[in-house]
Amino acid sequence: MGSARTGSSRTGPPGPDPLGTELLDPGRRGRWFGRPGSRPWMRRPPGSGPLRRSREDRLAGGVAAGLAARTGLDPTVVRTGFVVATVFGLIGAALYVLAWLLIPAEGADTNIAARALTDRRGIALVAGLASLLVVVLVIASALRASWVGSLAWPLVISVAGLTLIWRNAPPDEQAVLQRLADPLLGLAHRGGSRRRLVARVAIAAVALTLGLDWLVTGHQVAGALREIAGVILVVAAIAILLGPWWVRIARDLMIERQARIRAEERADMAARVHDSVLQTLALIQRRAEHPQQVIQLARAQERELRAWLFDGQAPGSLDGQDMTLAAGIRLIQQDVEAQHEVPVEAVTVGDCELDDDLRALLAAAREATVNAVKWSGAPAVSIFAEVEPAGVTLFVRDRGRGFDPAAVPADRKGLAESIHARMARRGGTAAVRTAPGEGTEVSLTMPRAAERQPGRP
Amino acid sequence: MTGPAGSGVPSRPGQAARGQARRPRVVIVDDHGLFRSGVRSELGDEVEVVGEADDVEPAIALVSACLPDVVLLDVHLPGGGGQAVVTALRASHPQVRFLALSASDAPEDVIAVIRAGARGYVTKTISGPDLVDAVRRVAGGDTVFSPRLAGFVLDAFAALPADGPGVPSLDPELDQLSPREREVLRLIARGYTYKEIARELFISVKTVESHVSSVLRKLQLSTRHQLTRWATERRLA
Repeated sequence: MGSARTGSSRTGPPGPDPLGTELLDPGRRGRWFGRPGSRPWMRRPPGSGPLRRSREDRLAGGVAAGLAARTGLDPTVVRTGFVVATVFGLIGAALYVLAWLLIPAEGADTNIAARALTDRRGIALVAGLASLLVVVLVIASALRASWVGSLAWPLVISVAGLTLIWRNAPPDEQAVLQRLADPLLGLAHRGGSRRRLVARVAIAAVALTLGLDWLVTGHQVAGALREIAGVILVVAAIAILLGPWWVRIARDLMIERQARIRAEERADMAARVHDSVLQTLALIQRRAEHPQQVIQLARAQERELRAWLFDGQAPGSLDGQDMTLAAGIRLIQQDVEAQHEVPVEAVTVGDCELDDDLRALLAAAREATVNAVKWSGAPAVSIFAEVEPAGVTLFVRDRGRGFDPAAVPADRKGLAESIHARMARRGGTAAVRTAPGEGTEVSLTMPRAAERQPGRP
Repeated sequence: MTGPAGSGVPSRPGQAARGQARRPRVVIVDDHGLFRSGVRSELGDEVEVVGEADDVEPAIALVSACLPDVVLLDVHLPGGGGQAVVTALRASHPQVRFLALSASDAPEDVIAVIRAGARGYVTKTISGPDLVDAVRRVAGGDTVFSPRLAGFVLDAFAALPADGPGVPSLDPELDQLSPREREVLRLIARGYTYKEIARELFISVKTVESHVSSVLRKLQLSTRHQLTRWATERRLA
């Protein structure tokens, strides 16, 4: 039972590094559940490409998240399916473990099974374990319990599969397993006083035996009643046994999620401070000989900062309630033209309402436009955005001096944090095409969630 | 309709000045005198400005009288808009070509002038050399799509399938853009020149030009009134 249960209780790779690379990965979306909408079980349009286990959204092996990404279902729905199938004769658990073995992880070419084939000791161990299990099951079914037979194969497959995964998975997946198993083992070692543990195990064992017995031999006088009582007893036994473990996993998850949200907020804040305050300071230095302009810039920046700190209105974040994408781009055009006196040509095809993802896209576009105006030396900058059902594409182009991307120092924040990471945090991508003397083109794409289309009247 | 594709109009203004025997003769139609003189000075010696007009009626009279190669036409005119000028003159003077020049952002105005028969549209923010280049291209029979016009056209054709299924398409060929044409339009909208597009798509500049001409033809000949309706609805949306 345990192996598939774990599938519903954890997210994300473990790790003490909340600001680390997991934040910057484009595929990751920090949500468990789909957006509220007309079809809450659909999260986004079905993906293309080979089926892969998700690294980013995984609770155990990432099978459910991988399937979800491929089919467009919400991962929670897929996970629930596995759990339900597990309740019915452990089939879900067996399928999950098989999928874990056979589907390669995201970014990998080979699956764990291929690696396991070369693991001779592992195979021997599995064969021994499986035969032992089969013997136990055969004895059990010979004694009386015919129901054991229906559980036998899924159980053998799950145990054998998990053993192979344990031995052959890459380190990060082993860490996931470790983390799942830790609290369970901890029950035996440090989970409160020994006496309480013994009492719990004893009560659970009695309840489990009684319940299973009533369940499988229940077709007698008050059959239905006894079956219901049996189910209740079994559930109670499982809760007594594994309850503390689940509580602990849930608590860990919550802590991890909070840490991640805080880290994202910090990154967002850094990006915003960079966009507004640092950019303005740079401008002030460049225009030091025009006191009037410097005063104007400083005033504007002060206004923006006050609005941000005291009214909660993020600078340049386009917080307008019913703002559309085209209106947002027009705003960028106006602001940049007013601040930098360089004409910006903006063309949009289609339009749609803004959401948080598209606001991030606009913020990245603003940053790219300001960069182009400031550094390219081009007489004009073009923005082109196209709204399609699957996503929004945006290009910022200049014919200026261009640059060598390899020569940009790593600590220059503009491109890395404000554009790439900002897009990645929302599941979008950013690419820069440039060379010295060739001008620069920044292309941004942001997928749209399924329920928000179509954007056209 | 698509114009003499082989008229030898080079893609660079500098080369054109040497290559062409005669400077294109141009009439400027705009209701703002200040803007007319601005355009005149920007065009400089590269073209020959043969006259100016400030409204529909004087423009029609002037163009009929001096038969210029290109009419630079403001989309907004007090007496009925630029399209009135094009409509009045097209049948009687097919050799006169129109290039719409406007500060207007309204797609319905732009599409209307193009559908009436103008061979291109550029915004008033265009630089002097680019404007000279555009005039020369139109004079040579080519079409000139500014990024904004390319965006409008993409939008208009994208809107078509979503519109009234009750009206069957008489000529599907005319009512849809080919994938290649869409690609070319997207690159124009992104600010690429024809030459850059040619390099990007591994085709010749001539091929780019013929794609753009074909888009213009579809825009003008498509019988679907959705195309015009789109433009008006877009503003309401």
